[in-house]
Amino acid sequence: MSSDQLQGYKKTLNSPYTGIKGWIDSRLPLIRMMEAEYLKFPVPKSLNYFWSFGGIAMFCLIGLILTGIFLGFHYKPSAEDAFDSVERIMRDVSFGWLIRYLHANLVSFFFIATFIHIFRALYFGSYKAPRELVYIFGLTMFMLMMATAFLGYTLPWGQMSYWGATVITNLFSAIPVVGDAILQLLLGDFTVGDSAVNRFYVLHWLLAFAIVGLVVFHVITLHMTGSNNPTGSEPQSWDETVSFHPYVTIKDLNAALFFFIIMAFILFYYPNILGHSDNYIKANPMITPAHIVPEWYFLPFYAILRAIPDKLGGVIAMFSSILALGLLPWLDTSKVRSCLFRPIWRYCVLLFAVNFLVLMYVGGKPAEDIYVLISRIGTAYWFLFIFVLAPLVGFLETPRQPLTITNYLQSKKA
Amino acid sequence: MRKALLAFFLFFSFNSYGAGAKIEIPKYDWSWKGFFGTYDRASAQRGLKVYREVCAGCHSMNYLAYRNLGDLGFSEDHIKAIAAEHLILDGPDDEGEMFERDGIPSDQFANPYPNVQAARAANNGAYPPDLSLIVKARPKGADYVKALLLGYVDPPEDMKVPKGQHYNKYMAGNLIAMTSPLSDGLVDYDDGTESSMDQMTTDVTTFLAWAAEPSLEDRKKMGLKVILFLIVLFALAYISKQQIWRDIKH
Repeated sequence: MSSDQLQGYKKTLNSPYTGIKGWIDSRLPLIRMMEAEYLKFPVPKSLNYFWSFGGIAMFCLIGLILTGIFLGFHYKPSAEDAFDSVERIMRDVSFGWLIRYLHANLVSFFFIATFIHIFRALYFGSYKAPRELVYIFGLTMFMLMMATAFLGYTLPWGQMSYWGATVITNLFSAIPVVGDAILQLLLGDFTVGDSAVNRFYVLHWLLAFAIVGLVVFHVITLHMTGSNNPTGSEPQSWDETVSFHPYVTIKDLNAALFFFIIMAFILFYYPNILGHSDNYIKANPMITPAHIVPEWYFLPFYAILRAIPDKLGGVIAMFSSILALGLLPWLDTSKVRSCLFRPIWRYCVLLFAVNFLVLMYVGGKPAEDIYVLISRIGTAYWFLFIFVLAPLVGFLETPRQPLTITNYLQSKKA
Repeated sequence: MRKALLAFFLFFSFNSYGAGAKIEIPKYDWSWKGFFGTYDRASAQRGLKVYREVCAGCHSMNYLAYRNLGDLGFSEDHIKAIAAEHLILDGPDDEGEMFERDGIPSDQFANPYPNVQAARAANNGAYPPDLSLIVKARPKGADYVKALLLGYVDPPEDMKVPKGQHYNKYMAGNLIAMTSPLSDGLVDYDDGTESSMDQMTTDVTTFLAWAAEPSLEDRKKMGLKVILFLIVLFALAYISKQQIWRDIKH
């Protein structure tokens, strides 16, 4: 490299700012990065409100971490003290009831936002090239979210915490050969007990911050490709985009406020409606609740687990239901991204969403004949959708020519 | 291993819930329901009396302290007097001995039994559950608690009630170890209210509902403010959004 080239290269590293801002930015290029990625970042004009749920999920995550820190100040992770320390938070810590109810309800709304966010990715083909990694980081986060939520639910050490933990951790014993060893390592004991609460507390924190780390990767990969939009067509010019700020920030703020008004209604008037009354009974290894059910957001996966009449098979089906979704970018053979232009696949995706809700419903029902049958049909469709319909429909259907962003906006007006 | 098997069994069969007829719990009208609902103080105070004179013989109230009764409108002196009626085990003192003393407002509610085993021994092997959270720990909450207290009726003719058990039409499985704890006129109310079964069950349930969720009133009050604030903020954000997007063709 000649000296001129070197000087030229170095110049590109110079901060565009002056003064203190320039001093910091030339040493730590964070200001320039934030400006490029969060102020000027071009976003397709045609986004609808489905695109607000990623931001909403992030607000939920931040809320969970903040309330989690304050809960952590007062919570005691031991079989002896956990339940009592939660009651102390509810009764004696100032605004403790608010912090705890926020934490407990934010999780549910985090899942609602995430479910909608994933549906958006499926319906508008956001998982397809070049956004495969955005999608895969997203699914990874979703799995960590489920692990974190499960661990968190065990911490109050109520009856449902204890028995839920017993049932779910026992799934690991289904793994051939090493299952029992893994289970003991996880529990630090032969059964769920004092050392398990202690470990679960540490892992709950650890995984929460692992999610934060993955958010960074999710966002970096997203910003390499830019957002998808309802047409699935890439913006052709600056005219088809708006800058992230203020256009998207104000739009997402609207959506988030609406979402949090609904959440506030549940939080302040029905704070326990999404929980289970048995969890207000202290854990008791001698008494089994009549009806062990996981939290509502696990129910679709619980239904898949129970659909298979074999323990190991059920566990494999449950985990692979999400892992298989990660293959969708390669299994979907269509060149067209958005369901707006895919006459057959559109109904497959909508049916997938309905099927998800049906699985959620049967997952909360006792394992009786009819519910087991429905959960089997639902599970079959889940895998049929990924492994058969995704490749097949791409060949069979004749998609419409996707509109450009400009044409789409015009057609919407008309 | 036994646990693993048990969990496995539970997991794939986990239904004992669907067995038997579904029990309909009646719905009652409670003072704390709705957006502006608050605990009826007079009722809760009477309920405390029912608890102390009847329930407290067997049921503990571990998460309540006497000082908490201030929330129900008892004066400080009254609370001191209530606390002082109970003996609290304290210690060890400087000689290493445990000793009993009169209760003070900062004490937790005195427990009727020194431990679970003593409670079981005194009750035919059945453990009277702690009542501090009972209203939140049952699916239909307050409705269930009141219904259960009123649910002691004659068993169906074809049903044999085992010794030490009692028939109750709202209990899961219809058998309960507790006898009907209340009867008309059992408690002598200080405010002259007639202590009918209906009145006493309402009062004690109101007291228990407060004990389970003492923050309910603060929560509802704050909720109203928060939601109103968010609605105003939403309106402002909506106007801003319209302004900002005004010149964008979309």
